[in-house]
Amino acid sequence: MLYREAGQFKTTYGDDQAVFPIRQDRWGMAIILAIAYVALPWLATDYFITSIMIPFLIYALAAIGLNLLTGYCGQVSLGTGGFMAVGAYAAYNLAIRVPELNLIVIFILAGGAAAMVGVVFGVPSLRIKGFYLAVATLAAQFFLDWAFARIKWFTNYTPSGSVAAPPLDIFGFAINTPDRRYFLILAIVTVMALAAKNLVRGRVGRSWMAIRDMDIAAEIIGIRPLRAKLSAFAVSSFFAGVAGALWAFLHLGAWEPLAFDINRSFLLLFMVIIGGLGSILGCFLGAAFILMVPLALNQIPTALGMPLSTAMISHLEFMIFGAMIVFFLIAEPHGLARLWALAKEKLRLWPFPH
Amino acid sequence: MGFFFEVLFGGFLAGVLYALVALGFVLIFKASGVFNFAQGAMVLFAALSLVRLMEWMPIPIAMLASVAIMIVFALVVERLVLRPLVNQEGIILFMATIGVSYFIDGFGQTVWGSDVYKLDVGLPNEPVIILESLFEGGILVNQFDLVAAVIAGLLVTVLAIFFQKTRIGRALRAVADDHQAAQSVGIPLRDIWVIVWSTSGIVALVAGIVWGSALGVQFSISLVALKALPVLILGGFTSVPGAIVGGLIIGAGEKLAEVYIGPTFGGGIENWFAYMLALLFLLVRPQGLFGERIIERV
Repeated sequence: MLYREAGQFKTTYGDDQAVFPIRQDRWGMAIILAIAYVALPWLATDYFITSIMIPFLIYALAAIGLNLLTGYCGQVSLGTGGFMAVGAYAAYNLAIRVPELNLIVIFILAGGAAAMVGVVFGVPSLRIKGFYLAVATLAAQFFLDWAFARIKWFTNYTPSGSVAAPPLDIFGFAINTPDRRYFLILAIVTVMALAAKNLVRGRVGRSWMAIRDMDIAAEIIGIRPLRAKLSAFAVSSFFAGVAGALWAFLHLGAWEPLAFDINRSFLLLFMVIIGGLGSILGCFLGAAFILMVPLALNQIPTALGMPLSTAMISHLEFMIFGAMIVFFLIAEPHGLARLWALAKEKLRLWPFPH
Repeated sequence: MGFFFEVLFGGFLAGVLYALVALGFVLIFKASGVFNFAQGAMVLFAALSLVRLMEWMPIPIAMLASVAIMIVFALVVERLVLRPLVNQEGIILFMATIGVSYFIDGFGQTVWGSDVYKLDVGLPNEPVIILESLFEGGILVNQFDLVAAVIAGLLVTVLAIFFQKTRIGRALRAVADDHQAAQSVGIPLRDIWVIVWSTSGIVALVAGIVWGSALGVQFSISLVALKALPVLILGGFTSVPGAIVGGLIIGAGEKLAEVYIGPTFGGGIENWFAYMLALLFLLVRPQGLFGERIIERV
């Protein structure tokens, strides 16, 4: 009844190619954006903004990066954490060595640095595939972890190896309260998510999907695997790099290489798989899900009046997390985005399915 | 020269330990096409079970009980994870095994405790000097490493005989070759999966005993799986000898690199050197040293 496109005629090519061709979707998106930009900063507490919304948005951005590579181009990567680290440390070095740079420029250059590193580690993908490649991307993760821990230049020779972001401002506007950080992140994520959405609808995205579905066939119909795969690695790492820079500068503030270790990479892969491979919406759903589970697990025992020891909680968290992942894969291997698509199909016919 | 060989030897022996973990991976990948990320967690779980059971009962019974636990584990995994996910893509199954590995990491530590346990099953542990006739001063090795190498050798021999000569082994190889064809000649896939997960559970137990005796049974054991991955891609996912040879190359390469070129890079390169070495090999032979050649058709 509510969700039906009957009567919405597409009279121009522009209408036909819109990102959200259905009016209700456009309204839904507008409402979500209004909540994100207006209602949340106005109503939500600082705790909610800093420890839920900010990590959620940054994770979603990194997950989009990974999804472009894994979901759209079919190259499984376990090195996203490493590429985030490249972004974070590139931003740090730019900020302290060239202090006059604008913050936005720093983030873009940080993404660019990550993209270059991503291309280098993407080169093996031209020769090897599947799980061999997944393991090979671990090489990127471990190498980058090591480089940022051991090569002192990256951390500006701080004795402890942990670094802190300098005070941030944009056009003379200091980024120092949770709300301001949130707005900056939200703006960047909105722009980049839109860019990703359009990228995968266009020629580049289609060439990635052709490579994913069958690389030899794609090659035969005239897609260059070299260009498609390396561009996927570059764009994916760019997203991961920007996300890493945001994570370091606006979420953590001060960090050490461990902040971007292999567990981060796995977490992002979980988000992409649970959210839905090959879906931008899925990245947001997956990030929200993975972020909420530990929070819920922490809250429930206390709410039920069964305080558990911290060791016990962390073990239980592992168990439940693992079990939920398995359960989820069994229940819906195509992820939350797929569930949403099914719900929309149902909704279109509701309440008269026949 | 003696020092070089000492490092090389130490590397080979470390490689044998990696190979033990890689072996479990290979068994499962060969038979079911599942890239089992939980192998490291299984090693930890098996070792934890053994070490805690040994507090209650004599060693041989504790070992048998641990074997039984790993078989039950295989049954549960087949019933609850593999069966519902049959015919899914490799990446989904891979994710599921990551879920399994999280689960048993948590489960093992909830049930058995999370301290560092000392595992002593009576393996000798004294340094000896060998090959004195060949080099000045001989080579200093640990008896324990030699025993570990012997155990690994025995295990591989037993597995090779099992795969080549027994009825079940033949069925396993048939399944590895082609699931559908195997099923159509009457090989029960589910039973095969239980058998292969049990086998790799037992391999995990052996690896757990060796690693546990060397390092103590603790959480970090489950991370040795990450050390075994370069061994795997180097040797090829589908080759048992590949796991052994790959282990030896990685072990030796890693130790030699750490000693000879590590200092120029500031040390600690062991963590990624193995991966880089494996990557270089892959660029030349994408299917690994002994992996089956991948033939693709459109």
